[in-house]
Amino acid sequence: MWFKNPFVPEQASEFASSVDTFYFFMVSVSAFFAILVVTLVAVFAIRYRRRHEHEAGTPVHGALALELTWTLIPLGIAMVMFFWGASIFFAMSKPPSNAMEIYVVGKRWMWKFQHMTGQREINELHVPVGQPVKLLVGSEDVIHSVYIPAFRVKMDAVPGRTTTLWFTPTKTGRYHLFCAEYCGQKHSGMRGTVVVLEPAEFQAWLAGGPATGSMADAGQKLFNDLACATCHRDDASGRGPSLKDVFGSTVTLAGGATVTADDAYLRESIVNPQAKIVEGYAPLMPTFQGLVTEEQLNQLIAYIKAQAGGTPGTAAPATGTPAPGAPAASGTQPSTE
Amino acid sequence: MDTATVDTRPSYLENGHSWQSWLLTKDHKRIAILYLITITLFFFIGGLFALLIRLELMTPAGDMVEAETYNKFFTMHGVAMVFFFLIPSIPAVLGNFLVPVMIGAKDLAFPRINLLSWYILVVGGLFTLGAVVMGGVDTGWTFYTPYSTAASNTHVIMTGLGVFISGFSSILTGLNFIVTIHKMRAPGMTWFRLPLFIWAHYATSIIQILGTPVVAIAVLLVALERTLHIGIFDPNLGGDPVLYQHLFWFYSHPAVYIMVLPGMGVISELIAAFARKAIFGYKFVAFSSLGIALVGFFVWGHHMFVSSQSVYAALIFSFLSYLVAIPSAIKTFNWTATLYKGSISYQSPMIYAFGFLGLFLVGGLTGLFLAALGLDVHVHDTYFVVAHFHYIMVGGSIMAYLGGMHYWWPKISGRMYPEGWAKFAALMVFVGFNLTFFPQFLLGYLGMPRRYHMYPEEWQVLNVLSTAGASILGVGYLIPMVYFTWSFVKGEKAPANPWGATGLEWTIPSPPPTENFTTTPIVTEEAYAYSNREMKVA
Ligand code: HEC
Ligand SMILES: [Cu+2]
Ligand SMILES: [Cu+2]
Repeated sequence: MWFKNPFVPEQASEFASSVDTFYFFMVSVSAFFAILVVTLVAVFAIRYRRRHEHEAGTPVHGALALELTWTLIPLGIAMVMFFWGASIFFAMSKPPSNAMEIYVVGKRWMWKFQHMTGQREINELHVPVGQPVKLLVGSEDVIHSVYIPAFRVKMDAVPGRTTTLWFTPTKTGRYHLFCAEYCGQKHSGMRGTVVVLEPAEFQAWLAGGPATGSMADAGQKLFNDLACATCHRDDASGRGPSLKDVFGSTVTLAGGATVTADDAYLRESIVNPQAKIVEGYAPLMPTFQGLVTEEQLNQLIAYIKAQAGGTPGTAAPATGTPAPGAPAASGTQPSTE
Repeated sequence: MDTATVDTRPSYLENGHSWQSWLLTKDHKRIAILYLITITLFFFIGGLFALLIRLELMTPAGDMVEAETYNKFFTMHGVAMVFFFLIPSIPAVLGNFLVPVMIGAKDLAFPRINLLSWYILVVGGLFTLGAVVMGGVDTGWTFYTPYSTAASNTHVIMTGLGVFISGFSSILTGLNFIVTIHKMRAPGMTWFRLPLFIWAHYATSIIQILGTPVVAIAVLLVALERTLHIGIFDPNLGGDPVLYQHLFWFYSHPAVYIMVLPGMGVISELIAAFARKAIFGYKFVAFSSLGIALVGFFVWGHHMFVSSQSVYAALIFSFLSYLVAIPSAIKTFNWTATLYKGSISYQSPMIYAFGFLGLFLVGGLTGLFLAALGLDVHVHDTYFVVAHFHYIMVGGSIMAYLGGMHYWWPKISGRMYPEGWAKFAALMVFVGFNLTFFPQFLLGYLGMPRRYHMYPEEWQVLNVLSTAGASILGVGYLIPMVYFTWSFVKGEKAPANPWGATGLEWTIPSPPPTENFTTTPIVTEEAYAYSNREMKVA
């Protein structure tokens, strides 16, 4: 914009400008109707003010044409608002397949992030500019909500579920991240900063971070420690199905229904295995609800996803080498070297 | 029926002076007074918490009170204002007083149940106040799970019980109104001769009866989960926290209309009386109340666009939210058109009505912003929402309530109030209100989340403005309290019809005798038949 409007937050994502444009449209339409009605009221109030005490108004009978006009015109305008708003929402709810995935866990009263390459952050989130980023959001206790005003995005962190949110940062800088859903005592202190870096800087940051091994590596270790591997083998010899290529595949359930094995499905299969039984298997998997933390759950899921290998967001980290240039390999992203 | 009946019987205020004559009364007018006193008390409790909230927010740091105390402040503010002031306000006070009178009846259909409803509200209120005295509650008036069931260690159950109990008061009042309006209309008072105030109360009553049980069950389940760990909402017990939001908003969205429809009814009366003209498009205004009540039940999901609800559900809820906005637009246009060729006087009740129009307009229009999916994602749970619903519920409902109190005060008390002060107070309220809440729209779009004890420094200026406005608003509310109290004792005696208005309530003495009418009136004309008569203030 050619001037800085002090009543609009920084525009730092692709959504920001489309949301703001829509907002200005809404403000204009509202201002038009507000001014119209206020002017009419004022003009009538003055023009038809009571001149002597015994005066009564002149009867005017309702006119159907008028009623229809002020029903249908607002209805038409409302429909424009509906479709416009919905189209932005649709874009917000469809992360592109090349988005870089980052896990987020809300916990009273902090935000924990873990990159696929293993780096952990608390109350600070580093992302590269120009790269679609998808946050996989969970909560360890009550409902929170990830809110980044500069990106115009928000998504609740609901315990027991994984929700998603995505954005493409368009401007480097530091931006507020708030918890928007009331979560108790230090709700207003549950804040963080999103740091948007140039891709090269981001790679450097990744390389400099404590590389504790990728999320998938951590997940693999858990997979063995929790004895998942005793039932789930790479071939069909275990008591449970092979998890090698399950992510993204279509799973047939007992009873014939099918379901796409996405994040939510994997999560449910671990914490509530009885909810959906894979066809041809006995419902003998124990629940891991309460036995794994939210973050461990994310690591297990990351491991299962990495084995499927196909999704761009997870492909690079699966190699387990957080070397510069490796993560989130997207065609458009310049490499550091 | 256009001349005031000469009546020698004692007025309802004179008919008995003992405590029992008030506390055991079956007279709908005395019960209205009981409600008036009760809800005024809650208004001041709620207002006090609002003041404390605004004082804390003068500075970005959370330096006046502890975070936990602040959280209790906004919770108690919301609970007191929503459940114990706004929901009962117009129906229980003005509705109780006027519904029988306006339709030409001697009382409501079930006078004893009417008294019972008041006692229930008082008991519910005592529970809630008890919770405050014992240390308060910090869940927000929305009691979201699993925070309320698994995390909060404040008096959730006690407060929840208070809300649960007071719900029955609301249900019984609604039931009483519906039966009364169906069964007790005077001869000739056909449905389309009813004042629009009655239509609005009829629609409100439907919502009270159908919606309130759901919220009552939701709070009860919260209490059960807290005590017995039954696993309805807490995911650790196998429950679903979002289910609670569905139950809660299934009531609490329609509850917005419990709070605003009666106000719309009041505004219709005020505009007709002070423009001395029939409401333009009477039937459209009447049916729009029913339309709102009906469609209002299917939009609750617009509070949950970012709660992980399915995209398609969100689409439907957004679409229906736009539909429910249309009847409100229709009403606004019809009120405006009524002024055309009217005989408009600027007496204080009309000043409040003008104020209502302005503020309701802003509240309604910003509702369109929140119904828009892509925009709501950004402003949901921010001060934009806070500003929006205060414009509707304070700017709209309380303006209408005050306008109605000024209009019917001569009838209720038999006394006039100082007109100059009344206009001044209306102006204070209007200016104070806008200064308090307009900056909050800006804060919300800038990203300030609601229920924040401390906030980033760049938002201080707007917050200080808001607090300054709140102090003006507070004084604006205190002034009528003072002059109404004064007027009750010392005010000039009011004639039966000080405004030269139509409506059965203006045909009986001020204040009315206990039975309202000497003989059952026979209605021969439409509501607001101003052109049929010579205007007389008597
Ligand atoms: C006692 C054996 C057993 C153990 C231990 C076990 N599982 Fe399972 N798992 C099964 C069986 C049997 C199924 C298929 C039936 C069903 O859907 O519940 C299954 C299904 C699954 C599925 C869905 C697979 C599909 O093809 O749709 C996932 C994902 C899964 N398990 C993950 C895990 C993880 C992660 C662990 C360790 C934390 C684990 N399981 C431990 C037996 C086990
Ligand atoms: Cu939080
Ligand atoms: Cu709503």
